[in-house]
Amino acid sequence: MVTVDRTRGHRVFRAVNAVILTGVVVVTLYPFVNIVARSLSDEFAIRAGKVNLVPVGFTFRTYEFVASDPTFWINYRNTLVYTVVATAIAMVMTTCYAYVLSKKHLKGRTFLIGIAVFTMFFSGGLIPNYILISSLGLKDSIWAIVLPNAVSVFNLLVMKAFFEGLPAELEEAAAIDGMSTYGILLRIVLPLSKAVLATIVLFYAVSFWNSWFAAFLYMSQNDLFPVTVYLRNLIAGATTGTSVGADATDMTVATNIKSVTMVLTVIPILVVYPFVQRYFVKGVMLGAVKG
Amino acid sequence: MSTTRTIDVSPGAGGPGRARPGPSRARRPPGRSWRQALRRDWQLYSLAVLPLLFFLIFRYLPMIGNVIAFRKFQPGGSVLGEEWVGLRYVKMFLNDPSFWQVFTNTVVIGVLTLLFCFPTPIVLALLINELRGRRVKRFVQSVSYLPHFLSMVVVAGLVMEMLSVDGPVNQLLRAMGNDPVAFLQEAGWFRTIYVSSEMWQTVGWGTIIYLAALTTIDEQLYEAARIDGASRWRQVWHVTLPGIRPTAVTLLILNIGTFMAVGFEKILLLYNPLTYPTADVISTYLYRMGIVSNSFSYAAAIGLFEAVIGLTLVMSANLISRRTVGTSLW
Repeated sequence: MVTVDRTRGHRVFRAVNAVILTGVVVVTLYPFVNIVARSLSDEFAIRAGKVNLVPVGFTFRTYEFVASDPTFWINYRNTLVYTVVATAIAMVMTTCYAYVLSKKHLKGRTFLIGIAVFTMFFSGGLIPNYILISSLGLKDSIWAIVLPNAVSVFNLLVMKAFFEGLPAELEEAAAIDGMSTYGILLRIVLPLSKAVLATIVLFYAVSFWNSWFAAFLYMSQNDLFPVTVYLRNLIAGATTGTSVGADATDMTVATNIKSVTMVLTVIPILVVYPFVQRYFVKGVMLGAVKG
Repeated sequence: MSTTRTIDVSPGAGGPGRARPGPSRARRPPGRSWRQALRRDWQLYSLAVLPLLFFLIFRYLPMIGNVIAFRKFQPGGSVLGEEWVGLRYVKMFLNDPSFWQVFTNTVVIGVLTLLFCFPTPIVLALLINELRGRRVKRFVQSVSYLPHFLSMVVVAGLVMEMLSVDGPVNQLLRAMGNDPVAFLQEAGWFRTIYVSSEMWQTVGWGTIIYLAALTTIDEQLYEAARIDGASRWRQVWHVTLPGIRPTAVTLLILNIGTFMAVGFEKILLLYNPLTYPTADVISTYLYRMGIVSNSFSYAAAIGLFEAVIGLTLVMSANLISRRTVGTSLW
């Protein structure tokens, strides 16, 4: 049975493999193409179930319609603001802590790492968090989104692993020259860490751009929502008897409007994706490979 | 996400260990006191202050906040509740048939997700690894990672559009002469929809770690296997799979640890009262009890129960894997 005709068997395998992977690619991309086609199609054609891969009754009217809603733009701007502020704060916090944790000689380091890692496996849960944020008076403010997510332990560990890999000699030399720890971090370590900083900025930015639940939970005014909650309220209007939240819009929203909003929400991600994708992969590897 | 393999402590290990001499792995001379450490490294410690405050307030305070599971809580009253009621809320949910319904749903969805979404990245990684052209390989990878970067709201939106009465799936059904199905309104379809959309979103991203692990396998092992006359299948079986086993075990532990916390956000977006019989899970149930109906203590008791089960699961999975295959998170 073994290697009767290895080259032929191998050729068959490669053909089958190509078919399977083509299938994977098609299945992955199909929903995107479909949604773009819907966003550019006439509402009646969609209702009739005619739109699949190509727009039917090509029109930009739905885009104009969505763009004419001031709430959409306010929410879009909110997403931008939340993402930038949250990412900036998260970066400062994560960098500081990761740098501290990367110093192997530090007394109490094991404890400091343990504090962070334990939260990966055990968390307070939804209700105590909700009570905490409410009683701190953070509801209906950007801080309800930013502060509770200021450090992601995964990103922290990726960064710590990177800092640990930096040559110690440079820092030691700077310390002998009388540079403070802050100076070393700012002027020596960070300039050497541009790659990992870029990666972590992207990790944070994408997760804040995509986040919706914190805003959904803690915000009650339309003009504070990020665009993801705007979209949620659109699509929730379509399911019967939406149970979530008091603000669920009950009207049925035209499917092409939903499609347009989805496309507009995803576009920033799609535009930067080809350029940043390798950074993400690098980040995951950095976290994973170091053993 | 096997970063945790880099960690050299068990979570929550020890207190600050004030009087304790430091572990021997450190470079410093043994027995140096905290005062000396502070004098030497105060600048480093100062950098840790804000992050520690963050962990204290936003991670550990909520853990303490769980005492309201055993205390009567009134909205607007004390954050830690008014008076002790013992196990009243625990008994309440243990006697609540709806709780056992959502508990079963959680386990079923969790097991199905584990069954389908854990092995598929391994298979996909092996297939991608067999691709010859570098460009083609990179293209397939880039495409398969893409869904990972979408907001859960967009994923839910896509699922709804795909399955809507005028969507592609129903177009296909109609073309084959069947009646359209309102998939999202039927409890019988929910698990299929949940698991397949989960696969769509996570499989590609899951391959990254395996593809990395595959590159670390020593080429000489394959050569030796070839010389011994092993076919390609046997090479995969005897060289490739053992090579990625530590990675797979680590990920399996992590998956088991999170399996009670099945996709809360996605279910919240996709379910509705018609599909509650199969779709409602512990986290969505406690969300409705707590946030929507204001039964904070009751919901907190359920949440604590879920968190304790999660912690127990990950610790036992870790223990079992250390005993049997010698791989563990800590």
